[in-house]
Amino acid sequence: MRHLLSAADLDRTEIGEILDLAEEMSLVQGRPVKKLPALRGRTVVNLFFEDSTRTRSSFEIAGKWLSADVINISAKGSSVSKGESLRDTVLTVAAMGVDALVIRHHASGAPWQASRWIDAHVLNAGDGTHEHPTQALLDAFTIRRHFRRSVPDLSGFEGKTVAIVGDITHSRVARSNVLLLKTLGAQVILVAPPTLLPAGIDTWPVLVCNDFDQVLPHADIVMMLRVQRERMAGGYFPTPREYTIGYGLTRPRLELMMPGAAICHPGPMNRGLEISADAADAANSLILDQVAAGVSVRMSVLYELLGGAE
Amino acid sequence: MLRSSFTALRYRPEAVPRRVASRPRGGLLSGSGTPEARPQAPASSVAGSVASRVVMEADQIARACARIAHQILEANRGAHGLVLMGIPTRGVPLAHRLAQVMDELEGVRVPVGALDVTMYRDDLRRQPTRAVGHTDLPVDVEGSTVVLVDDVLYSGRTVRAALDALGDLGRPRAVRLAVLVDRGHRELPILADHVGSYVPTRTGEHVSVRLAELDGLDQVSIEPAGDPDLGEG
Repeated sequence: MRHLLSAADLDRTEIGEILDLAEEMSLVQGRPVKKLPALRGRTVVNLFFEDSTRTRSSFEIAGKWLSADVINISAKGSSVSKGESLRDTVLTVAAMGVDALVIRHHASGAPWQASRWIDAHVLNAGDGTHEHPTQALLDAFTIRRHFRRSVPDLSGFEGKTVAIVGDITHSRVARSNVLLLKTLGAQVILVAPPTLLPAGIDTWPVLVCNDFDQVLPHADIVMMLRVQRERMAGGYFPTPREYTIGYGLTRPRLELMMPGAAICHPGPMNRGLEISADAADAANSLILDQVAAGVSVRMSVLYELLGGAE
Repeated sequence: MLRSSFTALRYRPEAVPRRVASRPRGGLLSGSGTPEARPQAPASSVAGSVASRVVMEADQIARACARIAHQILEANRGAHGLVLMGIPTRGVPLAHRLAQVMDELEGVRVPVGALDVTMYRDDLRRQPTRAVGHTDLPVDVEGSTVVLVDDVLYSGRTVRAALDALGDLGRPRAVRLAVLVDRGHRELPILADHVGSYVPTRTGEHVSVRLAELDGLDQVSIEPAGDPDLGEG
């Protein structure tokens, strides 16, 4: 594996290896010395053209726990705000001799484009409305743990139903999850108002439903998506209150969930909009497990990319 | 200790390659001087071998494990504070066997764990990304006496990595090393406390340890040219 650009690049075996290694990496969190020497002498640059808390910090922690040197560059406060192009910024950073570039960019395809320009490994940390592969991997890690198989293989996904609810149009998390869960053999149902479903949705390997209450009793995992107000020019739904009534995971809807079903949310949450506080803090909410998984999974991915010979 | 090491090396001088036998390296080899610790008589001399040859059969492996278990208990004056940490892959079943013998001897359950050293290796950059094994800590290593268990002791680099890995898990009171086979050719100042058998080898050869738990039979053999990744270090 040279780059991680799309969840579609990973086959079942590779996903299994990444998740198994992430299980080993997760043990580091409980150790007195939270450091492994595997990436000593490697340099990882987080190049973030968009705001991020958990993705950037978990990539940073992951790199540091593997003993890599991690440098953060954000668009604010860098030459990007002086008008430097993506290509010049990427080539400049690469010219300093970095081993891996973790890129978040508001344009879909930016990490792929960067991977053509430079020799370093490129990791997609979210590109526009396209993909967010490490989020899909950490969701799969969290879901697999939730199913608590005695054998930690991938068979736990077969026959399971994952409902992804909300702003599908703008969600890179949804796209990467659809691709990854498809590879793992889970059934995905997308739930959204027609205005938040992208064109060409009929070609995706999923079921689509506009009625949340109809889907809820059949879902093993309910993955709520953030309503991305910064990407909306308005007109997708009449009022936030109406969105909540139709597609929010409210307290009454918790009653409709099947026993043993769990709640995911990639964060950051709009409490009271797509998810109620009751749902976010429910016993079957995996939201904080997802955050913890983020570090382990990103350690695993960094090791897979950078751990061996060039 | 020095004397017994030389005895072990010279037990069958004709089986030892000249450059190994003539090198004054006794300080790097040690262990018990009991007859079982000495090299088993090979079917043919090392110099002339082309095919694989068996150096330990199941009964010899069983006796070696029993003796090592005895020695560990004797050196530790009982099982108090002991933890057996096998180095994957074949160190782990060996550690379980030692614990089994100790249970039969003293009726004590010595905790057994696994210590993967992949990410501490010094050769990570020399090959494609290596698969990482499982690490399992049965108890806190802080203050305990950890016995590292591996199948083959060769360059000593695996043990060096294991010491680093262990150091990140806590501060044991003491660390000991038990191996089924010591094949010589150390590249680091490492020496085992408990050795099942000293097997003289040439650097190009591969010592193959098969254990019933993983391979269906108990056997140690020397292959003329093998996969250098398998169970050596």
